[in-house]
Amino acid sequence: MPRPSVATMPIITDFKAIATGLFVTWKHIFRRSVTVEYPEVKRTPAPRYRARIVLTRDPDGGERCVACYLCSAACPVDCISMEAAEDGNGRRYARWFRINFSRCIFCGLCAEACPTLAIQMTPDYEICERDIMELVYEKEDLLIDGCGKDPAYNFYRHAGIGVAQPRGAGEREEEPVDARGLMP
Amino acid sequence: MSPIALDIAIHLAKIALIFFVVLTLAAYLVFAERRILAWIQDRKGPNRVGPFGLLQPLADLIKLLTKEDFRPAGADKWLFYLAPAMAAIPAILTFAVIPFGAPLQLFGREVPLQVADLNVGLLFFLALSSIAVYGVALGGWASNSKYALLGSIRGLAQLISYELSMGLSLVPTVMLAGSLRLSDIVGAQEGIWFIVYQPLAFAIFLISIAAECKRIPFDIPEAEGELVAGFHTEYSGMRFGLFFVGEYINIIVLGGLATTFFLGGWHGPWLPPFAWFSVKTLAFAFFFIWMRGTLPRLRYDQLMHLGWKVLTPLALVNILVTGWILMLR
Ligand code: SF4
Ligand code: SF4
Repeated sequence: MPRPSVATMPIITDFKAIATGLFVTWKHIFRRSVTVEYPEVKRTPAPRYRARIVLTRDPDGGERCVACYLCSAACPVDCISMEAAEDGNGRRYARWFRINFSRCIFCGLCAEACPTLAIQMTPDYEICERDIMELVYEKEDLLIDGCGKDPAYNFYRHAGIGVAQPRGAGEREEEPVDARGLMP
Repeated sequence: MSPIALDIAIHLAKIALIFFVVLTLAAYLVFAERRILAWIQDRKGPNRVGPFGLLQPLADLIKLLTKEDFRPAGADKWLFYLAPAMAAIPAILTFAVIPFGAPLQLFGREVPLQVADLNVGLLFFLALSSIAVYGVALGGWASNSKYALLGSIRGLAQLISYELSMGLSLVPTVMLAGSLRLSDIVGAQEGIWFIVYQPLAFAIFLISIAAECKRIPFDIPEAEGELVAGFHTEYSGMRFGLFFVGEYINIIVLGGLATTFFLGGWHGPWLPPFAWFSVKTLAFAFFFIWMRGTLPRLRYDQLMHLGWKVLTPLALVNILVTGWILMLR
């Protein structure tokens, strides 16, 4: 676009534009501000807000986490670490489980990846500390005594073959096929 | 007390008063700017330190003083240390020639409320505003940083083009008042302010002083979006604070000068003269803040275009027309 010459410079429209802008900002001076003054006023976040992470339990009170490492693999900033272990009847659990909240970006990918719904996001966003090491949460800090968002779900009722119940006894699980039989 | 000692004492008192008032005002202008910009943007602004945030400037001062005074490697030591002062001192020196109130009767003598009533006051102001450019230019040059250098080059080019139209826009006021002395210019406006005779010169002067104190829409030397912080990119702590305060002193001083040249200085009905002067000066300060909340930054070539091809010719034509009319009268 050729630059307008001095003679054709749209001076009137320019001035009108500036005056309009000044008028708009003048009106905004007297408008109520939208600021929420945080420590005094606290907003209630939506129930599905993604903040502090918890580890939930199944309806029977057992730990849901089976230490499958899926959350740790999904985490884009690698802030989840754990060590897997098995108890006497072969049920897996996390010997220790650690989330470094100073690195967590609260993306929620860990909660999405979890097959047992163990790891869940909560709307509690006030987790600041003076000492950054306090932001490293251990399993004791993460584990809660409830079921979180999906109260009826129990992973070992659906899967976990041979650990919590005999084969074929799970919900919507069919009898095991006799691989040696000739019948269809 | 002998008359000379009294003279010196009065002068020192005036200088101290101006220093105190202008520096405090500059600090609170920063605060006012933050609050007003916040209101324009539907926010609240700093309101935590003290009642309504009024102690914020103090907190900022403490913060700036306790920050590290960093000098980048390869910077020119003395120039780097001197430049902030070179930017701030001329700004406050200009206040010496501004009459900020009607002459007082003190100790049986007439005391003008003005530190120095120079007979070339207007030239003094133009000269000092040119010196202030050195702060910008040398600060950017001495920093050994490309952003700072680019900022200072822009600053130089901008200030050269605006000094011209600013000087030219003041010629009509000198023609009307018949003097370069600022108190005479104010005196000539006792009846009618010069803005009535010279609206065009006033507009040109207003645009030029916005460019002179590097305010949006003419903040090209420090353009945050492109040059980090322009000529003061490398400055930290109180040296940065000096640049900053210099800019705000400049706003007050240039507002005071615009008041003196076009809005009748301290003249005005009902209110005492000093109050009139303050009200007018602060109105200019508010206008600059308001403009900052409204306008975007001009492009570099647009600014040159406006300065050289529009404002300077307009100012020249204005001088010719004024001279013609004055001759016919
Ligand atoms: S929310 Fe995102 S960043 Fe935080 S632990 Fe889960 S996957 Fe990692
Ligand atoms: S929290 Fe979920 S995804 Fe992570 S290890 Fe435990 S079961 Fe696997």
